Amino acid sequence: MSPARTDARTDARTDARTAARSPLRLGLALAVALSACEPAPSAESQKTAPSTSSSTSAAPAAAAGDTQPPAGGTPLPVAGAPAVAPTGLGLGRAATEAEIAAWDIDVHPSGEGLPEGSGDVALGKSVYATQCVACHGPAGEGGIGPQLIGREPRTGFGEAFKDRPRTIGNYWPYATTLFDYMRRAMPQYAPGTLTDAQVYGLSAYLLAENGIVGADFVADKTSLPAVKMGQAVEFVMDDREAYDRVR
Amino acid sequence: MSAGPSTTRRDVLGVAAGLLGGLGARAAFGADTPPAAAPPPSAPPDATKVLGGPSTGRAERSAFEEAELVAGKAGKVSGTTFAPIERFLGTLTPTDLQFQRHHGGIAQIDPARYALLVHGLVDRPLRFGLNELKRFPSVSRAHFVECAGNGRTAFREPSPGLTPQYIDGQLNNCEWTGVELGRVLREAGVKAGAEWLVVEGGDASVLARSLPLKKAMDDCLLVYAANGEPLRPAHGYPVRLLVPGWEANISIKWLRRIEATAGPMMAKDETSKYTDPLPGDKARMFSFVMDAKSIILSPSAPGGLQRGFWPISGVAWSGRGRIHRVDVSTDGGKTWTAAELQGPNTGKDVVRFVHPWSWDGSPTLLMSRAIDETGYVQPTYREFLAVRGLGTDYHFNPIRSFAVDADGGVRFVADPEAA
Repeated sequence: MSPARTDARTDARTDARTAARSPLRLGLALAVALSACEPAPSAESQKTAPSTSSSTSAAPAAAAGDTQPPAGGTPLPVAGAPAVAPTGLGLGRAATEAEIAAWDIDVHPSGEGLPEGSGDVALGKSVYATQCVACHGPAGEGGIGPQLIGREPRTGFGEAFKDRPRTIGNYWPYATTLFDYMRRAMPQYAPGTLTDAQVYGLSAYLLAENGIVGADFVADKTSLPAVKMGQAVEFVMDDREAYDRVR
Repeated sequence: MSAGPSTTRRDVLGVAAGLLGGLGARAAFGADTPPAAAPPPSAPPDATKVLGGPSTGRAERSAFEEAELVAGKAGKVSGTTFAPIERFLGTLTPTDLQFQRHHGGIAQIDPARYALLVHGLVDRPLRFGLNELKRFPSVSRAHFVECAGNGRTAFREPSPGLTPQYIDGQLNNCEWTGVELGRVLREAGVKAGAEWLVVEGGDASVLARSLPLKKAMDDCLLVYAANGEPLRPAHGYPVRLLVPGWEANISIKWLRRIEATAGPMMAKDETSKYTDPLPGDKARMFSFVMDAKSIILSPSAPGGLQRGFWPISGVAWSGRGRIHRVDVSTDGGKTWTAAELQGPNTGKDVVRFVHPWSWDGSPTLLMSRAIDETGYVQPTYREFLAVRGLGTDYHFNPIRSFAVDADGGVRFVADPEAA
């Protein structure tokens, strides 16, 4: 692949995560920097960039003038053209806005997908006591379900396993994931029964109990994406594909 | 071959080849419901002197065969089952013995009401019924599906009695039939700016992951059949996503929605779970590819090995493509010999390896080492630990070793260099 294309991929990778706050962005930058410094393990591996870039190469980010088709013979997209050209078998029918709205529940780090409404810590505390405590414990210490609350430990996740629970307070990198997951799947015995306000409230409560926000925090579609989380690890993208030994 | 745990293996392949029925009804595993004691199987002394049974609506497995899934600790609803891979022969997994991993139980879905939405950054948001998906040109391909956590028991709780079922039983290999995901995406027309897909199931966990568009266009399938029959509900009926070579969590079962997006959604299962803490307080994310792996299935724990000719047989697979070679060592890694490879080996599928061997009755250590077409070499346990550390529960792929004792017993050995 040409240097220009590699650069375009890197740019696209960064742009695609404009919502990512500094820890991950730092991790991404570091991963890229590290892979650039690393001696290539073998000639074989040089055909493949670190795998983060493979995830974006179908994007229309290819530099103009790069006419090498990607593997599989799919025409390389050009600027302004659809990334995937239609073939028009005419199968399926138009999905209605109502059908999409009923199922389109994913929430992204940017806040995209978060609904109207809000919930505070007090609301979350009361919902937790009735809906969550049986599996996650009175103090979020875990039980049938995983531990949710705790700032410790702050180091050593890669060196050991026992006594290193990964909690919202020491591992989760995005507050929006809390809302997304609880709304789609919790509580396990009655999934999908919580109101948006209750999910906002639970998000506020769990963030406050983890010491990430204050007790006066109110979760809504603006405040939640702005929360700076307390992960004690630096998330980096997968870089195994360029290596022919364990990585 | 006579006595020993392996004596019932012979007939399993025949079952695997045409299996449509099976043990589902009596596979009532689980800590709270131990299976009722079944009467021991019997057969007439001479089957040529007794009129056989009538034809049946579906062929049941022989009563002499006991292969069943076993449940992991997490329980039946959100938990894990392990497949008896040491009882499989050839390369394909009997349909009813595919491992299961659920996050919200097994969804029950009426195919007449099934729908798949494709929307987001597309020119034409579309809705497909099951029959419409089946009208797309179909393809059939063999691929393995392996849980990212396959091998966890051997990593965290190694014990001499671990059988292949408990070591690597979260693995299956089926002939999947469906439509290429790229064809369906072209029907909707993916817009410039889309680089990822949110893929989501219609089960109680509404399991969602982010899939790079590049991979979706490369080799992903929407499948509605495995081994020649519609998917079973436990495996995603009526439609699941099949992401060849990648951790099974992203091969979303009961698939109901695909949304083209600019970036990943950072779902619970790509942040809190399915990430790999590494030494130095880094954590790898989107570690999709399953590294090359192999395991000897015969002889294996708990043993029953007898002197004389005993071919070593096992399976190998790689998320990066075809298996290039499998080396076998019968002397604890001092010397290695390339095994014979059997099976299609079309890429990201399970390959069978066999190596002729005669056991002379002396204790030894058996090992296998897979090398895939990219040149990737399955690491030793020590090599693995030096790089990955102890922090991640996923992608545990070091060489699996089995010690042979003088009495014919076979033991799993996690760290052969510790002896």
